[in-house]
Amino acid sequence: MQSTDLAAVWLTLKLASIVTVLLLIVGTPIAWWLARTRSRLKGAVGAVVALPLVLPPTVLGFYLLVAMGPNGPVGQFTQALGIGLLPFTFPGLVIASVFYSLPFVVQPIQNAFEAIGERPLEVAATLRASPWDAFWSVAVPLAKPGFLSGAILAFAHTVGEFGIVLMIGGNIPGRTRVVSVQIYDHVEALEYTQAHWLAGGMVLFSFLVLLGLYTFNPARRKPA
Amino acid sequence: MSGEIRARFRVDRGDFVLDIDLSLPGRGVTALFGHSGSGKTTLLRAMAGLERAPAGRFAIGDEVWQDESRGCFVPPHRRALGVVFQEASLFPHLSVRGNMEFGQKRASTATGGFALPEIAELLGIAHLLERAPGQLSGGERQRVAIARALLAAPRILLMDEPLAALDLKRKLEILPYLERLHSELSIPIIYVSHAPDEVARLADHLVLLDQGKVVASGPLNAVLSRIDLPAAFADDAGVVIEAAVAAHEADDLTRLEFAGGRILVSQRHEPVGTRLRCRIHARDVSLALAPPLQTSILNSVAATVVELAPTNTPGHVLVRLDVAGTPLLARITRRSADRLAIGPGLALHAQIKAVALLA
Repeated sequence: MQSTDLAAVWLTLKLASIVTVLLLIVGTPIAWWLARTRSRLKGAVGAVVALPLVLPPTVLGFYLLVAMGPNGPVGQFTQALGIGLLPFTFPGLVIASVFYSLPFVVQPIQNAFEAIGERPLEVAATLRASPWDAFWSVAVPLAKPGFLSGAILAFAHTVGEFGIVLMIGGNIPGRTRVVSVQIYDHVEALEYTQAHWLAGGMVLFSFLVLLGLYTFNPARRKPA
Repeated sequence: MSGEIRARFRVDRGDFVLDIDLSLPGRGVTALFGHSGSGKTTLLRAMAGLERAPAGRFAIGDEVWQDESRGCFVPPHRRALGVVFQEASLFPHLSVRGNMEFGQKRASTATGGFALPEIAELLGIAHLLERAPGQLSGGERQRVAIARALLAAPRILLMDEPLAALDLKRKLEILPYLERLHSELSIPIIYVSHAPDEVARLADHLVLLDQGKVVASGPLNAVLSRIDLPAAFADDAGVVIEAAVAAHEADDLTRLEFAGGRILVSQRHEPVGTRLRCRIHARDVSLALAPPLQTSILNSVAATVVELAPTNTPGHVLVRLDVAGTPLLARITRRSADRLAIGPGLALHAQIKAVALLA
């Protein structure tokens, strides 16, 4: 493997890790709200969160590019902050990936929260736990399988993204060139051997992730 | 009194309206009894603050937990109460000990409360502390749930049909523990049930609910011996008698004595002197003007008629009797009542066909 390949692998893992952590932080409150709200906005918010499931990455990437560009609202904001523009940078890639993988985190966690139901939280309240306390001491531990699924899916999905990376990040070695883009480059250059190494690695990685997800998913908890 | 309980709630859900204003004793077991849909669970949830009844008021002694007229609503986690639900609802991610410590750790230590080993002993779960909830039987789970609620140092214990989800065997396993709570705890217990036997066995005070309204509220026997209750309760009419084991007789019978006389029941194994509650259904009591001699019915007590009322079964009347201070109900036909000229003040003999012992 060439050093550019290793750089791409390293960048991909770094991207996926950061995105997973951010998604757990951003996705958990959204999942909690969606699982418990009786608001009429629930349907609309749920649909917006699920959009990346059906939209081509190019569409999402295009709008994010426009928004983060020099004339977009996000772009003007980041420029005003003195950060500059986000497209074709690693942070830009992180933000785009967070949007793109949001449903993969929100939905499993939301389902897990919904499965807990009202009762354990009521019990916690009658045992003097404030809502914040009950969330951490009851809801989160009981929703652990959902968090696990969400984190694994977010990580794997980010590792596997391609279209949105090209739209937002382009192809800058060491900064935005992830494994999927690197494979594309190898194929374009007819370097099939290198492409095989990376592509095979991706297949193996994805298989192991899904195997872990389906084998160890501890959703067989007995109600008590 | 360690603090009378005052509850006034109005919950309007369109097809169901709960509208109650109650004053309950600050000690002992108060049973909220009613058929499903009578509002007893809603009332309990309103007391716990799990449901916020607009225009509600709830106070124990001088501690006001809800008074909407002054915009006061203490959320459930700030109320010193314990709730036991129909399903034990133990936290599956915690051990039995973890469950029990959950509320104990969070309760303010100033309120005193119980020690964990003491409560575990009281409920017979000391040997289960390190188990996971999934490894317990239904009865054990419910006992852990009760222990967990008590360890949160409650001023009041609310129980929502804690035995309803259990089979008969488990019920019989748990009832003695509930009786121990009754005798050993100084906090009031509000006990929701639709099982007359549980109520008869545990309650000191009885509240009858029907369609969201309080039909009757008072000491157990004062309510049970009323004959003016709505039809919904008439079929189960009967009184509870507190009796003591007087003697074990040679022919496999046990003699019980109560204020109004003595009754014989099938052999019991409790030692002489043990107090037992027994329930006598109105439909198991018949009346005779002369002491019945040639009859297979063993139990006959002298009684005086207090009053009569029609029942919802056409042709039947309910007769309230006084047996040396103990009330007794009899359900007989109107024809018999007329033929024997039964009316208030008449002295007669009540024959008791069956006695249900509640222990």
